[in-house]
Amino acid sequence: MKGNHVKSLHARLGALVAGMSLLFAAPALAQGAKPAELKLGITTFSSGPASVFGVPAKAAAEQWIEEFNAAGGINGVKITPVFIDEGLGGDKLLTEYRRVVQEQGVKVMLSAISSGNCNIVAPVAEDLKVLNVMWDCGTEKLLEDRRYKYVVRTQANAVTEMVATVVYLLKTKPDFKTIAVVNQDYAWGRDSWEIFRNTLQALKPDVKVVAELFPKFGAPDFSTEISRLQALKPDVILSTSWGGDLDTFVRQAGQRGLMKSSLFVLPLAESSAERLGAALPEGVIIGARGDHYFLHPELKDEPKHKAFVEKFRARTRSYPIYPVYHMVAALQAVADGHNKAIKANKGQWPSTEQVAGAMHGLEFKGLTRAVKIREDGQGLEDQLLGMTRNRAGYAFPVMENMMIVPADLVTTPVGQKSPEWVKTLKPDVLKSDRIKVYAK
Amino acid sequence: MSFELLMLAAADGFSYAGLLFLVSLGLTLIFGVQGILNVAHGSLYAFGGYTAATLAIWAAEKQAPTWVLLAALVLAALVVGVILGGILEIGLLRRVQDKDPVLQLLVTFAAFLIFEDLQRLIWGVSPYSSTEVVSRLGNFDIFGITYTAYQLLLIPAVAFGVYLGLLFALRRTRLGKQIIAVTHHREVATALGINARKIGLIAFIMGAFLGALGGALAAPTTSLVPGVGTDMIVLSFSVVATAGLGQITGALITALLIGLARSVAVYTVPELEVAVPYLIMVAVLLVRPNGLFTVAQARRI
Repeated sequence: MKGNHVKSLHARLGALVAGMSLLFAAPALAQGAKPAELKLGITTFSSGPASVFGVPAKAAAEQWIEEFNAAGGINGVKITPVFIDEGLGGDKLLTEYRRVVQEQGVKVMLSAISSGNCNIVAPVAEDLKVLNVMWDCGTEKLLEDRRYKYVVRTQANAVTEMVATVVYLLKTKPDFKTIAVVNQDYAWGRDSWEIFRNTLQALKPDVKVVAELFPKFGAPDFSTEISRLQALKPDVILSTSWGGDLDTFVRQAGQRGLMKSSLFVLPLAESSAERLGAALPEGVIIGARGDHYFLHPELKDEPKHKAFVEKFRARTRSYPIYPVYHMVAALQAVADGHNKAIKANKGQWPSTEQVAGAMHGLEFKGLTRAVKIREDGQGLEDQLLGMTRNRAGYAFPVMENMMIVPADLVTTPVGQKSPEWVKTLKPDVLKSDRIKVYAK
Repeated sequence: MSFELLMLAAADGFSYAGLLFLVSLGLTLIFGVQGILNVAHGSLYAFGGYTAATLAIWAAEKQAPTWVLLAALVLAALVVGVILGGILEIGLLRRVQDKDPVLQLLVTFAAFLIFEDLQRLIWGVSPYSSTEVVSRLGNFDIFGITYTAYQLLLIPAVAFGVYLGLLFALRRTRLGKQIIAVTHHREVATALGINARKIGLIAFIMGAFLGALGGALAAPTTSLVPGVGTDMIVLSFSVVATAGLGQITGALITALLIGLARSVAVYTVPELEVAVPYLIMVAVLLVRPNGLFTVAQARRI
């Protein structure tokens, strides 16, 4: 029961019911009154394999919120984060999600990293009328299948990411004939390949797929896959894997010389680069699920970005990876969305419904390029990809020959379904002068 | 499928089977002597791996020669086997020796969960690895496919060496004969003057060492992540169940069977890869519910 409903209840049901509703809605304040704090629920992986994303993202949230509160918060209201571990599994996550919303008075949730978890929490957020910002999950189906009032995504989806990867690949190596894929055997591995394959078939129909390998999620060994790939000798090998799986695959492929004979395309490898160090060779196409990069060709020296990177390194002893940027983007969007709603509400503190409304159509800027949230709740986030090169001063390869692909060029338009849309892509998209290429 | 591909699949299956066998061997040895299915065996694998990676990273930074790097792996397994194995046996398993098997299973499962958290506390959640030794040992080609000597020669050689060593120890040494006696019948062995409690501890530490050795040898090629022990315990359990609990040669043959079937699957029907060990297990258990190699039990009454 939310604050803005209280008035109508007063009118319609009389004092008794109103009294009861106030009792139940104790944490909810009447419209306009500024709360003492804004409780923000954040679901992130603190356990399980995906904690490679969740742990840095949590550190980023703490760093950002600390600074943001010190600077005055949202119109004087400070943000208090409540963290939930996504590694608990879907059921437990949902219990915790309901608990923090219904018992602790959380009004805004940042959830989730896992697409599976996004699918679970989105309908619940809509029911509970709590603003849910999907801050890292990639599934494009969620916002295409249903129109949500309280659910938005502050970053790109899998379609934007995969189409941009195909664009980068075709622009840098237009003449390859064969491709093989080695993805993790779960929703993301399967779905991302489906989008990639359909896009590739639309833009370059003569490419032959020579192997589709889906080793078990968390597989400790890829020797057999690597032998098979060496026998097949594909021109290009794609893997959208991440975390330990990607590290192991890259390491074993490197040890056995496979990375010399095939061009590797690893759209999530920015998040593994520092860990892999010299095990990640030069000349591999890598991406970062957005235009995030501490060496962003346009924004690496921008004071705010630079200061954040330095502080993050000092705190965690690592360079920020993409989930860090996604976290900051989501937090910035929540802050900007509130400010936008406050403005529209003539300076009064807005209801959750008003904030949710303000989030749709919001344009905000995290640490890298600005993101616009469309009317369907989907964020338009530009995509940066590059090729690995060793450079003095870094113990791991960094991206060069970077390219930023504008999001609207490679994202399914509002109201259309991705599986059909990617098939309608034309090779003209590769010639767009809006795709920016950076020499260094 | 051509002969060449079959050879390649065999090569891959070999190296995979080597690690799987070491871990399964530890599990089956402990079951044989103690009668306990030790779920915490997965933790020993994980701890062996992490400790080995830590030692190997340190040794590689010091530019240690290759043999030192290899010794570091074995040393890590020894340390983990003796310390963790000892703690587990003396602190826990000894105390539930005569309890219900379900309780024993739960106790080892609880230990597994505790170790899993400990491991996160010590090594964090980021993938962990040390690959130096693999590149030092170099590569070679078969049918135009490049293999690492570490995976294709060293691991199977160690696994087979351990197998022969264990067989010899069990059949030819006094300690080994005592272990076999305890395995066959604990009370009778005690009555014959064997210190079953001491034998149990030694066998447990040997099993723990083998589990840790599996992890230590995997460390240079894989990435250690939270949960790495879970997969191994499930897989090695399927090996042990297929072979028959307590069967050493059976575990070797089954590990090879699963390793080969798995790599043949990757070449022919990659979709089946994950299911292969369990399909084999189900097929075997349907026909021989006590496992492939279980021998008839002597009647006790």
